[in-house]
Amino acid sequence: MSLLTVTDLKKHFPTYNQKLLRTQGAPVKAVDGLSLSLEPGETLGLVGESGCGKSTAGRTILKLLEPTGGTIEFEGRDVTHARGEELRVLRRQLQMVFQDPYGSLNPRHPIGQIIAAPFEIQKVTPPGGVKKEVQALMERVGLNPEHYNRYPHEFSGGQRQRIGVARAIALKPKLIVCDEPVSALDVSIQAQVINLLEDIQNEQNLAYIFIAHDLSVVRHISDRVMVMYLGKVMEVADRNSLYERPMHPYTQALMSAVPVPEPRRDRERILLYGDLPSPQNPPSGCVFRTRCPLATERCAAEVPLPVELEPGHIVACHYPKVRTVV
Amino acid sequence: MTNTNELEPTPVELLESKGTRVTRGQTSAAPDKFLRIEDLHVHFPTDDGLVKAVDGLTFDLEKGTTLGIVGESGSGKSVTSLAVMGLHRGTRARVSGHIWLDGEDLLQVSDEELRGLRGRKMAMIFQDPLSALHPYYTIGAQLTEAIQVHEKVSKKAAKTTVVDMLGRVGIPNPEKRYDQYPHEFSGGMRQRAMIGMALINNPELLIADEPTTALDVTVQAQILDLMRDLQAEFGSAIIMITHDLGVVAEIANDVLVMYGGRCVEYAEVDDLFHQPDHPYTWGLLSSMPRLDRLKQDRLVPVAGNPPSLINVPPGCAFNPRCAFKEFSPRPCNVDDPALLESYPKHDSRCHIPVPKRAEIFTERVAPKL
Repeated sequence: MSLLTVTDLKKHFPTYNQKLLRTQGAPVKAVDGLSLSLEPGETLGLVGESGCGKSTAGRTILKLLEPTGGTIEFEGRDVTHARGEELRVLRRQLQMVFQDPYGSLNPRHPIGQIIAAPFEIQKVTPPGGVKKEVQALMERVGLNPEHYNRYPHEFSGGQRQRIGVARAIALKPKLIVCDEPVSALDVSIQAQVINLLEDIQNEQNLAYIFIAHDLSVVRHISDRVMVMYLGKVMEVADRNSLYERPMHPYTQALMSAVPVPEPRRDRERILLYGDLPSPQNPPSGCVFRTRCPLATERCAAEVPLPVELEPGHIVACHYPKVRTVV
Repeated sequence: MTNTNELEPTPVELLESKGTRVTRGQTSAAPDKFLRIEDLHVHFPTDDGLVKAVDGLTFDLEKGTTLGIVGESGSGKSVTSLAVMGLHRGTRARVSGHIWLDGEDLLQVSDEELRGLRGRKMAMIFQDPLSALHPYYTIGAQLTEAIQVHEKVSKKAAKTTVVDMLGRVGIPNPEKRYDQYPHEFSGGMRQRAMIGMALINNPELLIADEPTTALDVTVQAQILDLMRDLQAEFGSAIIMITHDLGVVAEIANDVLVMYGGRCVEYAEVDDLFHQPDHPYTWGLLSSMPRLDRLKQDRLVPVAGNPPSLINVPPGCAFNPRCAFKEFSPRPCNVDDPALLESYPKHDSRCHIPVPKRAEIFTERVAPKL
């Protein structure tokens, strides 16, 4: 049984007419038909440009946002519309690590209290007491347990991210959504946090949904990778298959744009022109067609359906073709 | 090449017998380089102590070439570029040394002379275009001002130049965009507008401080291409400040790696990536995950945190985080290594003898990259 099964998830945000506040405009379709499944201990990377809906997808899966449509099943139970007490208990299993190590920790609370918050909210007392458990957690993530009474401002960005990780693993959850957990950190510190996340995953058989715009980091940490564009899934495959044999023109363009630390290596670059279209008024047919180098009339008329072209490799494109770009 | 001696040399011997100490001339006569930064120090007095943000930096830059400056936050990259632009003037910063731009020492010229150079002879692109552009004025008005500050031209003539420039930096419908405000532009378009503003007076020196860090990779690729094309067209010298070694590999001719306010390695781009010579550079390379290959199970991070610039560790600033200091013949936490030439046009600041460093890189670092 999968740990998490998401089917046709939709999150639309209503918009209002500027002059007549009561009239609704076209909704922003931030996530529009996302399906995925996740096994225990697996890492799914979620990549795409800003505005593609990857963060909204992560937040909707955790029920921080109410889904507009579709279903979310966690351990075989439909939790799409879980509320109140049911949701609170569910959150023991579902946690999140945020991007901003400055904004996600309350500056007025000592970190001991921050890491203990999950126990307090869930009314759980770990064996040995909260303080002992918090100090064990601090030690686990590489912080000095004696710093229990210090405040967030006394820590560097990398250490703060460790505090966020300690808080997320406090209740031994089964799934953590990591929303750009390392993008605010320096390269040398980034690797420390990535290694920590991997170690904890191996110890606790945790599943991660790892949201990032950095394709190199995602390649390193993920088992499978999902590429999103304008609220839709373009391509999903296991890591090696996606990076070595990408089939969707968007995936190929995205990868070819990443600079690699290898001077004068002749790489083919697929340049995309223009910007992401407005998700309020997405193009007809395939949402990527306005920037796609291969687009034809068919792409404007027909929405390409996701097709499993190779085992586990799903592509939503009318003209999929393997093209190695890295 | 140098440092083959196994005995512990005294500092004086080291300087004399090991050839080139890279100070590159202590002359205060104007050098023939287009840009030459000589022994630049930027210190900020604060309540907690003196912050030595830049502490003795020397480098040259010729026209038509690009220098990449890499380093972590707080390594002094941005402070250096602000010093070149003269933007520490009127603050509490203490700037000393020389910044020669085309024969003129920018630290000696008057504020008025500097204003004449800034925006015309040298220009800067900032990381965050939304806060670098004024929200109350249209893009057109801001670019027009950049021209009219330096030249007496009619508004109409200036507008023609501006519209032309907006088109050149790849903004579609430049005439319509001229009358729009920054908030009506997307992130990539704003960055293009800012590049346009920086280039509008054909500056000979362009400083780009993390110009693509806030952008998506697809847009980053467009901006880097644009900068390359414009350099080919105008022959400007570019200083590209970034933390992304991929960007450096893509755009720079030479690379300067900064740590704790100083240069720890300086090399041509090919050499830096194929024969990096400083433990910190190795650390940066081995801690990055790569798109083009799958590294073995774990990344190799640099231990610890970047140093505080108030209390820079004694000796080599990198020594508390260095994984290879056991190979040093000298106490790294006491003796401060000088920046020495390890290979032709390749300098680094490390006590470990050069052949030993080459061996460590080949045997222990390169296999994990």
